[in-house]
Amino acid sequence: MDNKTANGFRFYTRQNLIFLLGRRAKNLSELLAGIKAVPPMTIFQHTHHYLIQHEHISPEPPNDFAYWITSALQDKLLGEKIASIDLRRYSDLEKIRTELINIVKTAQEDIEGMPHHNSPSGEEFHFMSARSFVFPTKYVANTLQEFKECLEKVSVYSIYFHVFEARFHKKEFDFSLWLSKSLGEEKLAEEFSKLDPYTQTIENLRKTLVKLIMNKLEGNKNGKA
Amino acid sequence: MAKLREYEQFVGSDVIDELELYAGKLQNVSVQNINSTAVGGGVAEILTRMIPLLKELGVNACWDVIKGGEKFFEVTKKMHNALHGQQVTFTRDEIDLYLYTNEQNRNEMELNRDIIFIHDPQPCALVLAKKSNGNRWIWRCHIDFSNPDLFTWQFLKEYINKYDVSVFSAPSFARKLKVPQVLISPSIDPTSDKNKELPDEIITSVLEKFGIDRKRPIVTQISRFDYLKDPVGVVKVFKLVKKYADCQLVLAGGGATDDPEGAKVLNDVREIVENDPDIFLLLLPPASDIEINALQRASSVVLQKSLKEGFGLTVAEALWKSKPVIAGAVGGIPLQITNKYSGLLTHSIEGTAFALKQLLQNPDYAKRLGENGRENIRRNFLITRHLRDYLLLFLSLITKNEDVVYL
Repeated sequence: MDNKTANGFRFYTRQNLIFLLGRRAKNLSELLAGIKAVPPMTIFQHTHHYLIQHEHISPEPPNDFAYWITSALQDKLLGEKIASIDLRRYSDLEKIRTELINIVKTAQEDIEGMPHHNSPSGEEFHFMSARSFVFPTKYVANTLQEFKECLEKVSVYSIYFHVFEARFHKKEFDFSLWLSKSLGEEKLAEEFSKLDPYTQTIENLRKTLVKLIMNKLEGNKNGKA
Repeated sequence: MAKLREYEQFVGSDVIDELELYAGKLQNVSVQNINSTAVGGGVAEILTRMIPLLKELGVNACWDVIKGGEKFFEVTKKMHNALHGQQVTFTRDEIDLYLYTNEQNRNEMELNRDIIFIHDPQPCALVLAKKSNGNRWIWRCHIDFSNPDLFTWQFLKEYINKYDVSVFSAPSFARKLKVPQVLISPSIDPTSDKNKELPDEIITSVLEKFGIDRKRPIVTQISRFDYLKDPVGVVKVFKLVKKYADCQLVLAGGGATDDPEGAKVLNDVREIVENDPDIFLLLLPPASDIEINALQRASSVVLQKSLKEGFGLTVAEALWKSKPVIAGAVGGIPLQITNKYSGLLTHSIEGTAFALKQLLQNPDYAKRLGENGRENIRRNFLITRHLRDYLLLFLSLITKNEDVVYL
């Protein structure tokens, strides 16, 4: 694989091919059984693909599980709980799976004894998985200025890869890590790490990241640290 | 046919650059597409557009058509209906004819490309040639597979399981299979007559031709006259709404003259219309793409009140024109519309009427849904995304079987 230049940061892009598992759920019990059994990429697919698919809609619809629970099962409380899982905290898909299982189980205990609520016919939840193809782009940054310029030009898929997907695969693709280790921009790296990318569109995120860099560059010009 | 770079104006240069990046990994790979007809039908239409684009990207793509007699195509038409859920029975002779024709084609065709891409059931049994050639085989299903006739499914499954991968258009079409199932939705071409921008005078002239008043709100459903598209339900919706909001209804489609069921559906619709001058039933001949385009563009709201649907590309067509769409939550429609974000999904006549009143009386809300809808189509349902999925599908067959593939 064509990796980073010696100290530079190469931007990558990625696309997913979606696989259908042929497994579906029509109520909470079947959803829970599915969440327990599916491969890790299925957990990733249903908690992340909406970020790129609905990137243009603001506010974005929630993740697949939350959207289905709210719209097909009409359980707004549980839907809200699933939608508000702090995904930023996790870099391990199994931990996201455990969190999902815990929330759904607790909801089930709360409604124990009540009849199963089934989704309307044709609105079952379909489990899917994905295979991710990662490609190096032509964009390589060696300085903070170049990093900003690349960030302005790369596709939303590239930003999505570095911000959301890379932390589940390889840390070396992480923006913050490169900013701190290669450029010594620790404060900027911390500002990057503190952002919650899940609550904004990718274009907005691009603008925010560029603005943080511009502030830093402006500060450097004015002689601030 | 449009050149690849012409799509830049719709999707941006970064998307086209990335297509070139993916195709760069497929420069020495040959892909042979095989279906049953060179003209007519959705599969031929998409291949006509897709093959030149694949070639332009440097993929060695070609397209061949199987040969078969009239009787063979009668059998495969029956098979097609059965996979759509119709109850049919096959005689031994019919099954033998299907297998014999596939065998004849197997013997006559050169099936030695790196990837053999078979479309739909007609040439499905060509896969028996796979063993001797050692290449990779894809079976692409373009039809609604949500409720197939059991016998036909069991028969076909035997052959599908011999492929390396199968491809379906919507999640609800997934079955229990031994081979991986990939989701690839169909797409629309923004440069086609049905979807390209139209000068205002053409839209006006089409409306004048049909006597539709452009100054008053227009509600449209484009679909053939078929019970599964629920045109009678659409008229009922219109009658409920018209009490409170001034509007006209356009029901436009073909398929009535040579189709006994279509003629019956049309009669049912005429009966309920009761000569209402604000309802326009338009029987359009096959080459009416410009008229359909104009009717969609002139609409205030577009309906697709289907009870069952394959993918429902008319929804994508309307959303591409930034129209607010109200549609049944069936088949591939929920992929195109996220309820209340990029359109409205409904389940009943009353629910559809309520949604229609909301959109007619809240034009800002309707506009926002239409704009979100167009953006969703732009990003996810144009031919460039379809092309990207095909490139990834080919890559999946020549790279390691891992969750993340670094290229």
